[in-house]
Amino acid sequence: MKISYYPGCTLKSKAANLEAAAVAALAALGIDVEEIDRWNCCGAVFSLTADDLVHQVGPVRNLIRAKEKGAAQLLTLCSMCYNTLARANRIMRDDAVKRDTINRFMDDEIDYAGEVEVVHMLTFLEREVGWQKIREKVRVPLEGLRVAPYYGCTLQRPAEVGIEPFGSFNLMTGLLTALGATVTPFDAADKCCGSYQVLNGEAGARSTAAVIVDRAAAAGAEALATSCPLCEYNLGKQQGRLLEAGQITTAVPTFYFTQLLAVALGVAPESCLFELNDPASLDLLKTKNCLVAA
Amino acid sequence: MTLTITAQTISTKSIEQLNELSGENVKLCMQCATCTGMCPMTAEMDLSPRKVMHLAQFGMLDRLSDSNTWWKCASCHACTVRCPRGIDIAKVMEALRQRVLRTNKNYIEPSALPAERIAELPQIAMVAAFRKLTS
Amino acid sequence: MCDVDNTTTKKTIRVATGDRAILPEGAKTIPIYIMGKKYDVPETLTIMKAMEFAGFKFLRGAGCRGGICGACPTVYRIAGDYKLHYGLACQTVVEANMYLAQIPFFPANRAEYNIEEIGGAAEAIHALYPELFRCVACNLCTKACPMDVDVLGYISALKQGNIKKAAELSFDCIQCGLCASRCMGEIPQYHIAQLARRVYGRYIQPRAEHLRQRVEEIESGKYDAMLQDLSAMSREDLEKCYVEREREPDMTSPGAWQPKETRYL
Repeated sequence: MKISYYPGCTLKSKAANLEAAAVAALAALGIDVEEIDRWNCCGAVFSLTADDLVHQVGPVRNLIRAKEKGAAQLLTLCSMCYNTLARANRIMRDDAVKRDTINRFMDDEIDYAGEVEVVHMLTFLEREVGWQKIREKVRVPLEGLRVAPYYGCTLQRPAEVGIEPFGSFNLMTGLLTALGATVTPFDAADKCCGSYQVLNGEAGARSTAAVIVDRAAAAGAEALATSCPLCEYNLGKQQGRLLEAGQITTAVPTFYFTQLLAVALGVAPESCLFELNDPASLDLLKTKNCLVAA
Repeated sequence: MTLTITAQTISTKSIEQLNELSGENVKLCMQCATCTGMCPMTAEMDLSPRKVMHLAQFGMLDRLSDSNTWWKCASCHACTVRCPRGIDIAKVMEALRQRVLRTNKNYIEPSALPAERIAELPQIAMVAAFRKLTS
Repeated sequence: MCDVDNTTTKKTIRVATGDRAILPEGAKTIPIYIMGKKYDVPETLTIMKAMEFAGFKFLRGAGCRGGICGACPTVYRIAGDYKLHYGLACQTVVEANMYLAQIPFFPANRAEYNIEEIGGAAEAIHALYPELFRCVACNLCTKACPMDVDVLGYISALKQGNIKKAAELSFDCIQCGLCASRCMGEIPQYHIAQLARRVYGRYIQPRAEHLRQRVEEIESGKYDAMLQDLSAMSREDLEKCYVEREREPDMTSPGAWQPKETRYL
């Protein structure tokens, strides 16, 4: 099977591990990922004012690229890209007046009316592959690894684009269970990590992140699974600083869910670019014997 | 918080403007404070989201203009999904930001960011922050 | 200033004054608008020549006159249509009812840096130009480019950290600044692209081995004697030498031709 894919800027550098692991894992599942041509930044955050259409142009342009390729679905990995693209897509599909204005503004592009479906990889895995098939393909079960699924904001909110209802974490739970991990639910799985506020007074974002790591640790989790590079930054890359400042007491290494999927499917750890995670992440997998033998 | 409401303090025009920009109706708010309870950033805010909604309902944008609340909002929509009155509060916060940003004023200055921070942060952090906090 | 009465065009006898162009006999004129004022100009001229014909003198905003220096970017619109068009004044032929605006300079931000110190990572470019992340992908930059550069494409590549792609996509940029003049993110695209090409050339592009060898040969004095001989020649001998020089025939495929004299290769 072939699927059109939108990466997003961060996945080409800082979060190359999110992408590399996903592509390798999907290949192991027999799915060929085809990156769309000439894509641009999605805008990262959806514009919330009623009259602002120009900020929809960027995401819509990417959807047009997918339409030009004849894609019915557009796969996304990054939560923020998913959210922004899916919401812009809804406008183009459902709001005739805004759609017309945006199409007129983009006189250098073909018209678009929401023909492409934006799909997050978690939804895609459940729908197109299924947990049972994934379970059968697992070569290195993540046995004994207690993972807390962390969704953050943009996978679930607002409801109209949520990959599942607010407060439910079935997709990541289903995936991690299929991989043999022990799922550790915790009560901050849908709490905001502080997001871009990390540029507007770092302290605030850090204390928000500290609460999340702390609660995951209290619930007994050894690892956090996420799908957002900004969550990974606030919760993972900043974790050393949180420990140093005494804002948290126990480290909970962070992973992209694609990395956990890839290692369980027997993808070599080098292909998952763990060097972009905190070193504690790879160490944990080694300790838990969750890596394929070299 | 005691609000003194007079003909001078209340601005129906600014209520209309806020509703128009946000596409929401701030008058629907019943001050239950669920938004404040859901908000992850309240520790950073000088006014709770409920208080912002309260001032917004009376069109007291002058009093709101000094507040940092809507600049500290991370647009996480936690308030929105739990609002019993169905108000998308994140949109009201965005409208308050846009009132300022549309006058060519920045809240944070991209050029003042230290190079080491830019080198470390994921691109989406900059893109998102500049969208939300620069003009 | 030269106001031409359209009805008397054919009869007009013109005298060249200074560097003002002379209207050729029987030339047809068309109206154009410079800073909102109407002028009748010969239809065969470029915008730059037409403006000079109308009496304007370029002290700045004109350079090579060959479409490569980027000094004469022009925005124009044809009466009756909303659409803005972009071109170089020295390359674009006038059209009837053209409204013109010259943008010889745009106050775009240009960062200061020492190429030897900044290193070859994309983060160096991000740090010098954080406004890069204000791009909304509206694509007005690409539409404005008189050189048909995919400006949005190279800005997107740089956001992703791909310096090579940005350097390649922006290769035809002539630094005219029209992209920046249209940018709602206030991004100085052309300066960022120039930095990307410099970083690419300095840190990423493989060194050219043949160039290194040749520089070494020059520095070791291989050509000193030849240059001394040439310097000592009389003008007549030098001209004769030039005229009689061996030349590679046109359209020769690479490597197929060698000069008889191989001493200096």
